Amino acid sequence: MASKRAVQKNSKLLQLMMLVAAAYFLIPLFWLVVASTKSMSSLYNSFGMWFASPFSLFENVHKVFTLSDGIFLHWAKNSIVYAVGGALGAAIISTLTGYGFSKYRFRGSNLLFGLVLVTIMVPTTALALPTYLMFVKFHLVNTTWAVILPSLVSPIGVYLMRVYCDSAVPQTLLEAGRIDGAGEFRIFRDISVRMLAPGFVTVLLLSIIGVWNNYLLPLMMVSVAELQPLTVGLSVWNLQANAGGGFVDGSMPVVLITASLITVIPLMLAFLLLQRFWENGLSAGAVKE
Amino acid sequence: MARQPRGGRNRERAGLLFIAPFLLVFVTLFMTPLFYAGYLSVWKQTLVGGNHFVGFANYAKALVDPAFRSGLGHVAAFFFLQVPVMLILSISLALAIDSGKLRGAKVYRIIAFLPYAVPAVVSSVIWGYLYGPNFGLEAQLSQFLPIPKINFLSSTLALPSLANIVTWEFAGYNMIILYAALKSISTDLYEAAAVDGAGAIRIAWSIKLPALRPAIFLTVLFSVIGSFQLFTEPYNLANIAPMVFNNSYTPNIYAYSTSFTSLDQNYAAALSFLLGFVVIIMSGALRLVARNRKES
Repeated sequence: MASKRAVQKNSKLLQLMMLVAAAYFLIPLFWLVVASTKSMSSLYNSFGMWFASPFSLFENVHKVFTLSDGIFLHWAKNSIVYAVGGALGAAIISTLTGYGFSKYRFRGSNLLFGLVLVTIMVPTTALALPTYLMFVKFHLVNTTWAVILPSLVSPIGVYLMRVYCDSAVPQTLLEAGRIDGAGEFRIFRDISVRMLAPGFVTVLLLSIIGVWNNYLLPLMMVSVAELQPLTVGLSVWNLQANAGGGFVDGSMPVVLITASLITVIPLMLAFLLLQRFWENGLSAGAVKE
Repeated sequence: MARQPRGGRNRERAGLLFIAPFLLVFVTLFMTPLFYAGYLSVWKQTLVGGNHFVGFANYAKALVDPAFRSGLGHVAAFFFLQVPVMLILSISLALAIDSGKLRGAKVYRIIAFLPYAVPAVVSSVIWGYLYGPNFGLEAQLSQFLPIPKINFLSSTLALPSLANIVTWEFAGYNMIILYAALKSISTDLYEAAAVDGAGAIRIAWSIKLPALRPAIFLTVLFSVIGSFQLFTEPYNLANIAPMVFNNSYTPNIYAYSTSFTSLDQNYAAALSFLLGFVVIIMSGALRLVARNRKES
């Protein structure tokens, strides 16, 4: 029985350490929530980790949506358009390609897949500037496409979908379809697509996070405020908050903080609701290496 | 396998068609920009006389450019400081959550992963306020507790403070990758070890850690890529600490300001090429180290 007591003591220490770790991850988010409810004076004069009167959340939210003729709504709409367009496109292309690499052998297929693996290593931001320079040449800068098109290239999505395909779609099923006389695309549409759906949602989710949180690419590609996504817009407000710009009453910092909270909420919700998918997706990449 | 010439050719064509859309975007949006930037990087624009072919002169200039080199120094220091700390945290979290001795393990897993959903711009805003010398968290605590007020964004502490932000953002993400690898270990191994009288810590050290090696390699690889292209956090913290996070604090910031402030596109193209090259070399070196470890 002595060993059982040792185990319990161990787990108490473990529990305590995990509480400290959880506090580390949660404190900044808790601060964000608390600070969003404060007025300008209580932001600086009250204890940062607890609420203070006056409760100014609704006033702050109102300011977020009305500043500069409601530019925040433009930014939110743009973030959604970029995330949906770029991520959906990337997920569809990754699924088709992963399926192609997993189920078919053709001349150069191994070489091409090797190339995909190497390009995972190319830093996306090192690619952003060259893409920007090329888009300047083609007059694509300051268009919606300037953000969506580069997001379509997702070597990591291709890799994940190939790994997923290898295990989720049995080759025998394809053979059975062929014996029944179905064409390759018929087989894909009627049989494989359904089995690929969970992997597709995973890649879609990871791509949405990537595009939604992307900063450098849209910072370079769109300089017109009406085309910028939330991340770029918030950094503009961040600059104003530090320079004393924005609202005449000097409330820009709390407006920025509240806008940050509003920006974070949709992805947090997506995370909690779709937990199964991101966990599976990341594990697929980890187990196979 | 029986060879079917006609079906085989059809199938080969189908396979190519499946990857055709990817090939299209890959060539137009990956290869072409790289080639175009490579082309730009061997020219130089002068006020008098226009464009000149200069060969590798821009690269030679970058290699001795103190701004580029100090940026590389910062991200290298950042890598060697931040990645070990973050990985120890991620591995500990993954082992703790996988240990089966933790109540609410699932909740902890989600909590640790939540910061990954926060855009880097927002993380910089939050931590910028928490670091604040007048009303930040530590500054407020130092009014009540006998601790000195710390200037987190001073030139000496800026790098560790930056490392803390990135650790906060990515520790949970790496934890999930490592945890997934732990889950794939066969439970037979644990039972056999337990029969031999191995305790939880012994099992973690002798079975779990070795099994984690491929996943750890993957997380280090992603960290190399992430560290060397650091941009958003220092760029947005420049608002509150402009002297520290200057326009050459990281190579990426330097390339950006070269293109957008100095408007020297030829030099900017050379800089981003060099940065990409450094990252690929680092990744390759890492791969070699990992392979040698496996063989020895």
